[in-house]
Amino acid sequence: MNNTPATDYPEGEDGGRYVRGRQRSGMIWSFVFFGATMIGIVVLTALLFNVANAAFGFVLMKDKVQAATLAVGGVPLAELPKEALVEILQKKVSKGVVRRLESEKPLAERDRGELYDLVLARVVEPEMVKSWSLLDSLTKRSAIRAEADALPDSRLEFRSWLTLAFITSPQSSNAELAGVRTAILGSLFTILVTILFALPVGVGAAIYLEEYAKDTTLNRLIQTNISNLAGVPSIIYGMLGLAVFVRMLEGITSGRLFGAVTDPTTANGRTIISAGLTLGLLILPLIILNAQEAVRTVPRSLRQASFGIGATRWQTIWHHVLPGAIPGILTGTILAVSRAIGETAPLVVIGASTFIVQDPSGPFSKFTTLPIQIYQWTARPQAEFRNLAAAAILVLLALLITLNATAVILRNRYARSA
Amino acid sequence: MFTMNQSDPTTHPQGGATNGGKYAIEASELHVFYGAFRAVKDFELNVERQKITALIGSSGCGKSTVLRSFNRMNELIPSAHIQGTVLFHGKNIYDADVDPVEVRRHVGMVFQKPNPFPKSIYENVSWGARINGFRGDMDALVEGSLRQAALWDDVKDKLQQSGLSLSGGQQQRLCIARAIAIKPDIILMDEPCSALDPIATLKIEDLMRELSKLYTIIIVTHNMQQASRVSDYTAFLNMAEDRAGYLVEYGPTYDLFTNPKNKLTEDYITGRFG
Repeated sequence: MNNTPATDYPEGEDGGRYVRGRQRSGMIWSFVFFGATMIGIVVLTALLFNVANAAFGFVLMKDKVQAATLAVGGVPLAELPKEALVEILQKKVSKGVVRRLESEKPLAERDRGELYDLVLARVVEPEMVKSWSLLDSLTKRSAIRAEADALPDSRLEFRSWLTLAFITSPQSSNAELAGVRTAILGSLFTILVTILFALPVGVGAAIYLEEYAKDTTLNRLIQTNISNLAGVPSIIYGMLGLAVFVRMLEGITSGRLFGAVTDPTTANGRTIISAGLTLGLLILPLIILNAQEAVRTVPRSLRQASFGIGATRWQTIWHHVLPGAIPGILTGTILAVSRAIGETAPLVVIGASTFIVQDPSGPFSKFTTLPIQIYQWTARPQAEFRNLAAAAILVLLALLITLNATAVILRNRYARSA
Repeated sequence: MFTMNQSDPTTHPQGGATNGGKYAIEASELHVFYGAFRAVKDFELNVERQKITALIGSSGCGKSTVLRSFNRMNELIPSAHIQGTVLFHGKNIYDADVDPVEVRRHVGMVFQKPNPFPKSIYENVSWGARINGFRGDMDALVEGSLRQAALWDDVKDKLQQSGLSLSGGQQQRLCIARAIAIKPDIILMDEPCSALDPIATLKIEDLMRELSKLYTIIIVTHNMQQASRVSDYTAFLNMAEDRAGYLVEYGPTYDLFTNPKNKLTEDYITGRFG
């Protein structure tokens, strides 16, 4: 190395230093990229922590009427016979409420468990005095306990706001009873309509544009517009959905034309099918663009092989292009559906119900979805609804992860078989 | 349309015995354009039946373009446009009433890079037959095609494995098996050995000699040794001033290589250019 002839390159000592310098700048960049990744991870962790912080924690409960005072002749409330429970209800609950309960189902015909729940809800009426976040619950335990002890007849519970009852109960104005079943079903029904509409239409359009369309000005214009549509704010799609599906096609989307209306109050087009189609329009450009990308990744040599042995264009597409593109199409669909399931604005515009207790029963039902439910709960003044909103966010995240996992499994299966 | 003795699918189309002209392919006044660019001009060639015809020439002289115009594969390139006639069984394949799908059913093709379908070996061979309405014994057809492609002994125990699991040379022979499974009259080969090592190349060349007893083969090659080794006839193409390819000389391979009539041919085969 010492005997190298003089060149315009750094040699010897100089050369070594130059190489080290280049390696060092590479190292610095790799740290920068690591930092970028870390920022992402920190933000995600903060988000999850924020949600979990509100979804779990101590609550201080106080009963309006102490259960002990309801004991009859030394028998505690929990062991009272059915007849005694009916008596308590009739004595302690206002006449109007008793009449309503009777008309729903006569008290005498209800079983004991049902009556016991009624007594708890209507007579004992546990009320939440205060709730603490998960962080406070873990770090300020003694202060919380002192506060609880200061309040007579109260009890401190550690509560997960996300419970099985929360998932399986319908919406309620009472935070103790409110659940997300209606919203989960609404979200699932809506997304099903969205997928059924957007996937075939999107893949069909992508195949047309990639495999059939000639390179004409018109087709280039269409292509450009699809790319632009993918960037249109979602609320614009909401207004489109309101104008087209809710108003113009009201007869169809309300189910009136099919005679499928079960509840006349829903017959205004603000139904699951309107919502699903609106979200479908919203994600259609995304699905088309992703499917086009996927179709393009199928090698030309494969198409040539197929044409070369006398396959028609359709046979080539069906047997070779589509199977090769399915993993990519599914990936695009995952992204698009993940976006659709979290959309709130367009559904607010087309008129999702903010408070319904009735499960959706079909495409022509009125509906609410998880994001709408979360939005509505966070807007309420009572603190416990914010805890419920946090629990609902966890449900939404779980739903998203489930959908994504399903698609990933499907994609891997197709990728392997191809 | 291209009527021939095809009633029994197990027999091979003995092209020479059927109707329509002396030659397997008669191309005349063939011009191929890509957009405004003329890639091939005034090409003329009569391809002998059940012989191997090689198309040689330097890069960009339009050999592959000519080859692909014999089974209308050029049409897959959106800007391509063809003038002239290519007679196959006495019928111009560019006539308005001819479906390119039918042309390709009778004029098979093997490509430069082995391109088996990402399916099982069995399906690679059977798929073409299936979509073309084959009604005979599929297992026998697959075995027969693989045997003809000298691949049967290599793959008979793993027919359900992916065609992509084979080596490059085996993949190319699988592609040949796939092409002969649909019983074409002519097999077009577009530099079939350029992606293969010398041993795999030799195997394919042996296979081509074997197949030429049954099929007309047209091969495009960069490799003059290969052309002289395997082909019966050779056509030499050259690029004109305007970069359009044209036919310089055509004749029996031995004559063309030992006694070229054209100065350009002589320069090319002696390695003076190209």
